[in-house]
Amino acid sequence: MSRRSQARWLALTLTLTLSALSGAFAEPPAAAMDAHGQLTNPALQARFERIAKELRCLQCQNESIADSNADLARDLRRQVREMLVAGKSDDAIFTFMTDRYGEFVRFAPPLSPKTALIWGAPFFMLLLGGAIIYRVVRQRSRMPIDE
Amino acid sequence: MWKFLLPFAAFVALVVLFAFGLNPKRDIHALPSPLIGKPAPEFALSDVLDASRTVSNATLKGRVYVVNVWGTWCVECRVEHEELLAISRQHVVPIIGIDWSVDHGPGEREKAKQWLERLGNPYSQVAFDKEGRAAIDWGVYAAPETFLVDRQGNVIFKFISGMTQEVWEKEFLPRIAAAEKGA
Repeated sequence: MSRRSQARWLALTLTLTLSALSGAFAEPPAAAMDAHGQLTNPALQARFERIAKELRCLQCQNESIADSNADLARDLRRQVREMLVAGKSDDAIFTFMTDRYGEFVRFAPPLSPKTALIWGAPFFMLLLGGAIIYRVVRQRSRMPIDE
Repeated sequence: MWKFLLPFAAFVALVVLFAFGLNPKRDIHALPSPLIGKPAPEFALSDVLDASRTVSNATLKGRVYVVNVWGTWCVECRVEHEELLAISRQHVVPIIGIDWSVDHGPGEREKAKQWLERLGNPYSQVAFDKEGRAAIDWGVYAAPETFLVDRQGNVIFKFISGMTQEVWEKEFLPRIAAAEKGA
């Protein structure tokens, strides 16, 4: 290795290390919760509110865990906050929930062969209704107008 | 032809749908557990009866066992308790209790202790889930819930609502027999 390439190597290593370090320090240490259990980091709190609205409270099946006062909903909210603070992604949180409670825990389950019927039904109904209206209208337009 | 066939087909489709959907034997609130066929979530919690001891399902590897999640606040659990006592006297498999403290307070442990002393203890061990974390890991949403774990440590069955002798004989015993064979 020439002296020049050695110097370049050293410079590269240094930059990488420094950027890795600055990356580690750029993010403030994991945001904690305030006295009311709210996340002090507003970005995390916003994500929390969106995720909590997306998760069904299974004790009271038509409420989200954001709206429900049930004990389980409170525990699941705690779980979501803790995972957000730990730096988990939204997907990781949803996967955590569906691994335990199944797809039903999500109000809008992702499109998959199992959920295709739910997602497809409205379009199917629209097509069916459209076809019926089309036929009826065409039949009526063929009828003689009797006054 | 279509004029008669189409309404008739729609009628048959509705009958099939209602026969399935309105079947009174089907509990619409009982959800299929995604845990079936998956490794049982591990827990290591303090013993309800002796806080210095730990109850963990790690010690049950290689054995068929039942996990029953209950709480003293749960009315159905009180009804189920007599049934569990009768089942435990058959000594088929160990029944591990998880006492689910929904209020996270210290009171539940005391109440659970008194409950077991007064009514009898069907469990080989009872874990105290003070923060409700084990309940979340097991996907519990309505106590009582009862799980069956096979020798490989996989959950093979889940029953929601109060255990009865009938459910035990029909749903659990055949599965336990199959699991004990290692099948």
